[in-house]
Amino acid sequence: MEFAELIKTPRVDGVVLHRPFMPTVEGTLCLTGHHLILSSRQDSAEELWLLHANIDSIEKRFVGSLGRIVVKCKDLRIIQLDIPGMEECLNIASSVEALSTLDSVSLMYPFFYRPMFEVIEDGWNSFLPQDAFKDLESITDEWRLSEVNKDFSVCSSYPPLVAVPKHIDDDTLKKVATFRHGGRFPVLSYYHKKNGMVMMRAGQPLTGTNGRRCKEDEKLINATLRAGKRGYIIDTRTINVAQQAKARGGGFESEGNYPQWRRIHKAIERSNILQESLIKLVEACNDQSHSMDRWLSKLEASNWQTHIKEILTTACLAAQCIDRSGASVLVHGTEGTDSTLQVTSLAQIILDPTCRTIKGFQGLVEREWLQAGHPFQQRCAQSAYSNSKPRQEAPVFLHFLDCVWQTLRQFPCSFEFNEAFLVLLFEHAYASQFGTFLGNSAAERLSLAEKTVSLWSWVNRPQELERLTNPLYEANSLVIWPSVAPQSLLLWEGVFLRWNRSSRCLDEAYDEMVHIIEYNKELQNKVNSLRRQLHEDQVEFCF
Amino acid sequence: MEHIRLPKVENVRLLDKVSPGRSRVGILYLTATHSIFVESDTGLRSETWVLHSLVCSVEKQTTTSSGCPLLVRCKNFQVLLFSIPREPDCHDVYLSLQRLSHPEGFVELYCFSYKPNIVEEERRQDWAFMDLKANYSRMGLPNSLWKLSSINQHYKVSSSYPADLFVPESATPPVVVGSSKFRSRGRFPALSYYSKENHAAICRSSQPLSGFSARCMEDEQMLEAILRSNPRSDFMYVVDTRPKLNAIANRAAGKGYEIEDNYSNIKFQFMGIENIHVMRNSQQKVLELCELRSPSMSDFLEGLESSGWLKHIKAILDAGIFISKAIAEEGVSVLVHCSDGWDRTAQVCSVACVLLDQFYRTLKGLMVLIEKDWVSFGHKFSHRCDHLAGDPKEVSPIIDQFLECVWQLMEQFPCAFEFNERFLITIHSHIYSCQFGNFIGNSQRERRELRVGERTHSLWRYLWTNCADFINPLYRPDHSQTQGLLRPSTAPYCFKFWKGLYNRFDRGMHPRQSVEDYLRAIQEETQQLEEQLASHKQVQLLLVIILQISPDVWALGSDLTGVNTPQDYIGGFFSSSSPRTPKAPDDSSFFQPPDSKQTANPVCSNGSDQESGIADLSCHSPLSEDNSRNQTSDGLDHNMPYRL
Repeated sequence: MEFAELIKTPRVDGVVLHRPFMPTVEGTLCLTGHHLILSSRQDSAEELWLLHANIDSIEKRFVGSLGRIVVKCKDLRIIQLDIPGMEECLNIASSVEALSTLDSVSLMYPFFYRPMFEVIEDGWNSFLPQDAFKDLESITDEWRLSEVNKDFSVCSSYPPLVAVPKHIDDDTLKKVATFRHGGRFPVLSYYHKKNGMVMMRAGQPLTGTNGRRCKEDEKLINATLRAGKRGYIIDTRTINVAQQAKARGGGFESEGNYPQWRRIHKAIERSNILQESLIKLVEACNDQSHSMDRWLSKLEASNWQTHIKEILTTACLAAQCIDRSGASVLVHGTEGTDSTLQVTSLAQIILDPTCRTIKGFQGLVEREWLQAGHPFQQRCAQSAYSNSKPRQEAPVFLHFLDCVWQTLRQFPCSFEFNEAFLVLLFEHAYASQFGTFLGNSAAERLSLAEKTVSLWSWVNRPQELERLTNPLYEANSLVIWPSVAPQSLLLWEGVFLRWNRSSRCLDEAYDEMVHIIEYNKELQNKVNSLRRQLHEDQVEFCF
Repeated sequence: MEHIRLPKVENVRLLDKVSPGRSRVGILYLTATHSIFVESDTGLRSETWVLHSLVCSVEKQTTTSSGCPLLVRCKNFQVLLFSIPREPDCHDVYLSLQRLSHPEGFVELYCFSYKPNIVEEERRQDWAFMDLKANYSRMGLPNSLWKLSSINQHYKVSSSYPADLFVPESATPPVVVGSSKFRSRGRFPALSYYSKENHAAICRSSQPLSGFSARCMEDEQMLEAILRSNPRSDFMYVVDTRPKLNAIANRAAGKGYEIEDNYSNIKFQFMGIENIHVMRNSQQKVLELCELRSPSMSDFLEGLESSGWLKHIKAILDAGIFISKAIAEEGVSVLVHCSDGWDRTAQVCSVACVLLDQFYRTLKGLMVLIEKDWVSFGHKFSHRCDHLAGDPKEVSPIIDQFLECVWQLMEQFPCAFEFNERFLITIHSHIYSCQFGNFIGNSQRERRELRVGERTHSLWRYLWTNCADFINPLYRPDHSQTQGLLRPSTAPYCFKFWKGLYNRFDRGMHPRQSVEDYLRAIQEETQQLEEQLASHKQVQLLLVIILQISPDVWALGSDLTGVNTPQDYIGGFFSSSSPRTPKAPDDSSFFQPPDSKQTANPVCSNGSDQESGIADLSCHSPLSEDNSRNQTSDGLDHNMPYRL
C-alpha cells in the first residue's frame, strides 16, 4: 500500500493553527505518510511536525465554509486547525484519520526514520541480558542464564535468555511453563545484593477449579529460599479476583502446596478499568469551567490517584519484604505482563540506587518492561481521546512513570534524571520515531535492531542528557521509602495539566535552580584553579 | 501554678498515630507554660514540649486495659495521644490542661510571662521596628489626595479601628463622623492601599446601616470623596465580599449594602465568601480528615471536597484578583466591606495587596501587611484564635485562610516571594501561641490598654532577626514573574492541599529531601566561595609583589598564607549544616592545618535521615514544640504505611 493513496489532499494554504500557550500560526498544511506539518514558511515561526501515530482522535466542525479540525493527541495535547474550504477540510480529516490508525507495524514511522544525529552508542546493544547477568555472576553463583526459550517456544512473551535458579534444569522449566499463564514460569527479576534476597515474577499458576498442582513449580520457587526461610508471594489481585480466575483455569498458590510461602493479595486493577480511569481523569483536567466541588469529585471518581496509591503501596510492600523482612518474593497477577511489572520495577527503584540513574533507569525499562514482555503496542495503541472501542489499551506504563514521578518528588536529590525524562518516555511509548517501544514482546522485536533506531541511541548523547539530568542529583546508596499517604501523592501536573495551564513560572523556577547550582560549580572551579596556581607560585617562591 | 493538680506523671505512653507499635514511654511534666514529655527508655534524651496556649482541646477517651488515653489537639495542628496508667492521674492532667489552655484573663497569657534574655531598651526598640507610617509614606502618602486623619485618636469614632487612618483629602470631619454613624461599629471607609502609579485606592469599611430604605448624606459624600481622590476615574467599585443572600438577610436587621441609585457612580458587586461559622466548620472537617488513620485516596478526596475548604480559599483568591485587577488594570478605586469589615474584608484587601505590590511579597512586606490590614484594622485575633476561654462561635480560621492564599500563590509563582513556606507556618504558630504581644486582644485599643508594647515582646523583630531561616532561595527581585501584578490561575486544579501546614507534624508525609534547604546550602557555599575568590586574588597579588621585591623575605610569605589560609573556609564548609556532603577543595592539603584531618570526613552526611524519613523540615522557632528529637537510624516503621 502506498501512503499516497490515503492522502487525498497533500497541501492546503491559509491554514490557521491554534496551540495551547503558543501564538497562532497561519501557514501551509502538508500531509506526508507519517506527519502532519504546518509551516508559515517564515524563519522565525516554529513549525508543527505532528506524527500521525501521535493522533488519538480528530473532530471536524464547520463554520460556514471554514472547516475546523480539532486534533487530540496521545500526549494529551489538543490543537485546532482552521482550514478554508469544506472539501479540503474533509479530505484532510479523513486522510489523517486513516493514516493515524494504520494497523500494520511495518508501515510505522520508525521503519522510515533515518537519524539526523550521530549515534555514539547504539541503544540496541546497550542493555543485553548477558551483560546484566555478568554483574550478578560476580556476586553469586546461585543463578544461571537459561536458553530454554531461545526460539520463544516455551514462552512467547519471554526473551530468549532468562535467569533461573542454578539447580533447576531446562526440562523442569518447560514443565513449569505449562503450569503458568502464558508459559511465564518464575524468573529472576531482581537480586538484592545487601542480603541476597530475590524478587521473581511469573504468570498466575494454572490451578483451575480442581486445584491442579505442579511439583516442578514448587521445586523451582522453593529453590530460591534459604534453609528455614519463608518467602512471600505477592498476588497483585484481590483474593476474590484470584478466586474467580480459577474458573478460567487460572488461580493462585495454595498454602497446602506452598507451605514455605505466605501469600499476600493486593488490589491493582486490570487494564480496561485503568483505561477508563485515564479517560475520566483527562476529561476532568480539560474542563476549565468546573467548580472546585466538581473538580474534586471528578478527580476522585476517575480513581487515577487510587490506582497510583495501590501500585506504589504494593511495590513498597515487595521492597519491604526483601529489605526489611529478609525474605524472597514472587510477584504475579494474571498474565504477569502488567501489574506484575509495575510492582517489580518500582520495587527496584526503591531498593536499588542504580535504577535511579539515567542509564540504570533505561536498563530497568529494558529488563522489566520491554524484555519482560509488556505488550506496549496493544497497551499504547490509544490514549485518552480515542473514539474507537478500546481493545487492550491501558495506561500501565504511564502509571509506572507516574509512580516514579511521585517518588522523585519525595526524593528530589536521589534521581539522576528529572521529570522531563519521564515525560519523554511517556511520549515515546505512545508515538515515536524510534523502534524501542514497537511490538509486544522480545520475539516481535527481533528485527527492529537492524531496521529502526533505538530511543536510547538518541537519548544517550550529551546534548540530550544535559536536558534530562536532574541538577540536584547526588548519588544516594540507600533504600528510599516513599510515603503513600493520600496527602503525599499529587496529581502529575507535568503530564495531565501540561497543556491546560501555563508552566512559564514553574519553568523559570527550574531555570533559576539550575542557575544557582551552575554558578556554584563555576565558582568552585575558579577557586580551585586559583588555589592551584597560588600553590605553584608559592613553591616557586620557596625554592 | 495553682491550676496544676499534678506536676509529674510517670510511665506515660505517647502513642504514634500511624503505627501504634512505635509508642514511646516517658514522664509527663506539667509546668506553668508547657507540658513536657520526656522519653525515658532510650539512651537518647528525647523531649516533646507543648505550649499550653497552643492547646486547642483536651479529650479524655475510654479507659482501656493499657491505660487512660488523653488526646491533646493543638492549634498548630499537632495531635498528641497520651496514655496514662491510672485514671485519677489522667483526670488530674485533663483538668489541669483544660484550665491551663483556656486562660480566663489576659494576664495569664504566655506573652506576659515570656522573658527572653533581651534588655529593656532593646525590647522597646523591637516594637519600633514595625512602622506603619513608613509604609504609608512608601505608598506616597499623605499627598494632595489623601490625608492622615486624627479623628479616631482616642478610639471614639470606632473603637476597633486604629488611631491613625488615611481618608480622602476632601472628607471633612463631619462627613467622616456622619459616615461612621451609618456603618456597623463605626467602621467608616478608610484607606487600605494606594497605588502611586495610577492613584487608584483600596478602601475598607463595614456594611452600611441601610436596612430597606435608610440613606446617609455623609456616607454618600464619603464615597464621593473616595471617587474624587482618584482623579482619572469616573466610577468606583463597591465590593461586598458576602454572598448576596447573607447581605439581603442583614437588611432585615437594619444593616445591608449600598443601593447603587443612592450613590453616585458606583458599581456594586457581591463576592460570595462565606461567614466565619461556615469557615470554622469547613476547617474542622479538614482537621478530621487529617486525623483519619491511613485513609484511602477516595476517603481523602471525598473528605476534601465535602469540607469545602479549597472552594473557600478559591473564593477569597478570586475576590482578591477582582480587586487587584480593578486597581492595576482599570485604575478604578474599590471600597471593600463585609459585615463588620474585620474578617473577609481583611482577607480580601490583604490578598489584593499581595497580588498588586511586590513589596508585600517580601519578608518585611508581609509583616507590614499583616500589621496593617489585620492587626491595626482590628481583626479580632483573641476571639478568632481562641486566646482566652470564650465564645466558641467567635472562633474562626480567617487568618489561616489568608496565609493559605499566600501559600497557594507561592506554589504558582515560585520565584516571586522573598519568603518561604516556613515563614508562613511560623507566623501561623505565633498568631496562636501568644508568645509575643502582637496578636493579643481584638483591637489596637485593647492592646494599648493591656500595654503590650511595654510588657511583651514583638514577633516582627524576632522574625526579622532570624530572617535567614525564611528566605526563599529562588527569589529574585528582578525576575519578570516577581514584578508587578500577579495574575494567578484560579482553575480548581491549581489549588493544592496544604499538607505543610495541616500535616506539619506527620513528618513521614513530606518529601524526604528538601530542594529548598539544598539550594540554600549551595547559596551559602557560593557566598563563601565568592569571599575566598576575592581573598585568593589578594594573596596572589601580594605574592607577585613580594616575588618581585626580594627573594629573601620568603618567611613573610608563609605568614601571609597563615593569615589567609582557607582553613577557616574549610571549617566553614564543614560546620555548616549543608544538606549535601561537602566537597573538599581538590588540593586543599597544602593549606590544611595538620589537625584538620578529622573534619575532612564528611560527617554531616544525611544518609540515614533520608531513609528514616526524618529530614528536618521543622520550623526553627523558639516554640518548643519541635523539640521531639525522635531521630533513629532505623525509622522505617515510623512511616510504615505498607501493611501486610
